[in-house]
Amino acid sequence: MARMTMIEAIRSALDISMGRDPKVVVFGEDVGYFGGVFRCTAGLQQKYGVTRCFDTPISELGIVGTAIGMAAYGLRPCVEIQFADYVYPAYDQIVSEAARIRYRSNGQFTCPIVVRMPTGGGIFGGQTHSQSPEALFTHVCGLKVVVPSNPRDAKGLLIASIEDPDPVIFLEPKRLYNGPFDGHHEQPVTPWSKHPLGDVDDGHFTVPLGKAEIRRQGSAVTVLTYGTMVHVAEAAARETGIDAEIIDLRTLLPLDLDCIVESVSKTGRCVVVHEATLTSGFGAELAALVQEHCFYHLEAPIARVTGWDTPYPHAQEWDYFPGPARVGEALVRTMEA
Amino acid sequence: MDDVVPLSLHVPEPEVRPGGTPDFSMVAIPKAGSVPRPPVDVDPREIRDLAFSIIRVLNREGEAVGPWAGLLTDDDLLEGLRHMMTLRAFDARMLMAQRQGKTSFYMQHMGEEAVSCAFRKALEPGDMNFPTYRQAGLLIAGGYPMVDMMNQIFSNEADPLKGRQLPIMYSSKEHGFFSISGNLGTQFVQAVGWAMASAISNDTRIAAGWIGDGSTAESDFHAALVFASTYRAPVVLNIVNNQWAISTFQGIARGGSGTFAARGLGFGIPSLRVDGNDYLAVYAVARWAVERARRNLGPTLIEYVTYRVGAHSTSDDPSAYRPKDESEAWPLGDPVIRLKNHLIRRGAWTEERHRQAEAEVMDTVIAAQKEAEKHGTLHSGGKPSVRDMFEGVYAEMPPHLRRQRHQAGV
Ligand SMILES: Cc1ncc(C[n+]2csc(CCOP(=O)(O)OP(=O)(O)O)c2C)c(N)n1
Repeated sequence: MARMTMIEAIRSALDISMGRDPKVVVFGEDVGYFGGVFRCTAGLQQKYGVTRCFDTPISELGIVGTAIGMAAYGLRPCVEIQFADYVYPAYDQIVSEAARIRYRSNGQFTCPIVVRMPTGGGIFGGQTHSQSPEALFTHVCGLKVVVPSNPRDAKGLLIASIEDPDPVIFLEPKRLYNGPFDGHHEQPVTPWSKHPLGDVDDGHFTVPLGKAEIRRQGSAVTVLTYGTMVHVAEAAARETGIDAEIIDLRTLLPLDLDCIVESVSKTGRCVVVHEATLTSGFGAELAALVQEHCFYHLEAPIARVTGWDTPYPHAQEWDYFPGPARVGEALVRTMEA
Repeated sequence: MDDVVPLSLHVPEPEVRPGGTPDFSMVAIPKAGSVPRPPVDVDPREIRDLAFSIIRVLNREGEAVGPWAGLLTDDDLLEGLRHMMTLRAFDARMLMAQRQGKTSFYMQHMGEEAVSCAFRKALEPGDMNFPTYRQAGLLIAGGYPMVDMMNQIFSNEADPLKGRQLPIMYSSKEHGFFSISGNLGTQFVQAVGWAMASAISNDTRIAAGWIGDGSTAESDFHAALVFASTYRAPVVLNIVNNQWAISTFQGIARGGSGTFAARGLGFGIPSLRVDGNDYLAVYAVARWAVERARRNLGPTLIEYVTYRVGAHSTSDDPSAYRPKDESEAWPLGDPVIRLKNHLIRRGAWTEERHRQAEAEVMDTVIAAQKEAEKHGTLHSGGKPSVRDMFEGVYAEMPPHLRRQRHQAGV
């Protein structure tokens, strides 16, 4: 057992995967010699050599396109997009190609790639270093979409993603890279080393894709969330004193519907929280599923707390994404309904 | 076939890493004045050499020599010197402001001042730049108020972009400066589109696109070359090769052979390389390319050979990936010192006047900063309103946003 930041946990997952399987290759902008602008790949090139961990030209399309070709050959590329905001040049390769190769070739070719990218705001990154594009990927058949909320999950989910036979979009909430965050920006960040969730098992282990985790047991209302917002929801539950059950979805596609249905059927209330914008966001999918599967258990309308439908503003970012106050209000409103 | 050996992947590596001795022996530098100056309506096939050489005007002695010299008067050059000094002082103050927590982020131009400052002088009012984040010299040399630049950097209540953009991502339509995007490369092909529109409209204005050496790897770069050459768009396509893309050396985007300028040759675009640390050379080449565009002779591709002396941004530590003293070993020198020496040589400047000017320039920048800070900085004083956050997504705020603004309580 070790105490780690999420960055260290991701690095550990890559290290273990590269050590176990010579087919695993890691590349992207600045990931080689320097170890990535967030240092997730630091030391890997020194350990595994320049043909297994290397810097690429600044071409997201090139990164994902070559990864697809490598996967067709039989390698297991785990590539980094420097910020999720820059994945769009590669979107065609991901959506039209990676996601469909298994299906369209009737299994002759497969695409076991992982595309890692930092997502979300809270670091004054402005509109091009802050986006949460998960809904753009969950809409695509053939992909898997993963968002960890703590170091242990980050490591276990990343190893599982690298070992997965299908393409995985691995979204890393950068606000959590160095420690958990409860949305109170005036408070200093608590490092993971002082946080119980920072405990990460040594060596190889996986956290299965498609399984949610109940972060906080409760009976009054179910909160469906993932990534940074798990911590914000925990703060909101603590501060309102509402007996909320908080579900960390961990994998958005495929989704752990059983866990959701069981919880909402028990609590009869549901609040969905994510940082991405509201309209056509992943929360809409969650609300629709809850409505379909738990309608007769619902005692209140499903509430959604999300980022606003504007590009991510630099100066007003603390007003942009949901903090404990906004989540708390939704909890109270849902309880009163 | 028994002579088949296993394949191996080539991954380009820079000559030296931290701890090593800086080495630019692979940068072949022709003598100042040695590269010919063709007429602007030259057949591109006749000047393929210019994509592999480096056009230089200022020699080691500070003299302006060769066919690209003689275009600027003393007054022009003194003005150019002041622009570069202002940009350098501006950088120094804003870097410090970032360290003091007055803004979240800053990117400096150290070593690359000549590129944007001299290029701006070759343009006419109404021309449009599609810049990246290291061309603030276009604004400074174009007379955009420094206080407005600082207001943008501080995201304060007077920020012309209302706190929406990352610091240094300026936008000024009036000053021919298209709104900067953080997504690398996207602007390059847009510049071509603007130029095509000018041609479609039988206008006389031209466009200039800007991109870094690393970002030439993006598809947008290649799309820009295709469209520019196909439609002979009146555009100047600028590649600033400052040797580094964050931690990644230019050989990763370029590969082992050729030059960035040479990428234009396959498209039949006249392509030139120029000493980016030589104000006179940059101006001369820019003027040549601008004239070509203006005379409807089509696009030109220019590679500025220069060096990024500072860190990539305030989030970067270059000592982790290159020798600490590499910038001092850069063979093309410091653009400010070179122009200063040239002016002294011409008898139009002295060391003493230079020192005075440095102090004056710094005073002007500090005065502008005081003025800007009256409107607030990122974490203190006046801020753009949260209400503004909902404005400007659309021309007219749709009902769902009005609802959300109401919900946000602003
Ligand atoms: C599409 C996209 N991918 C990645 C990035 C992250 N990034 C920002 S600056 C940079 C390096 C750019 O290098 P270069 O084009 O050489 O310009 P320079 O910084 O040297 O002036 C990278 C990779 C980005 N902003 N946009």
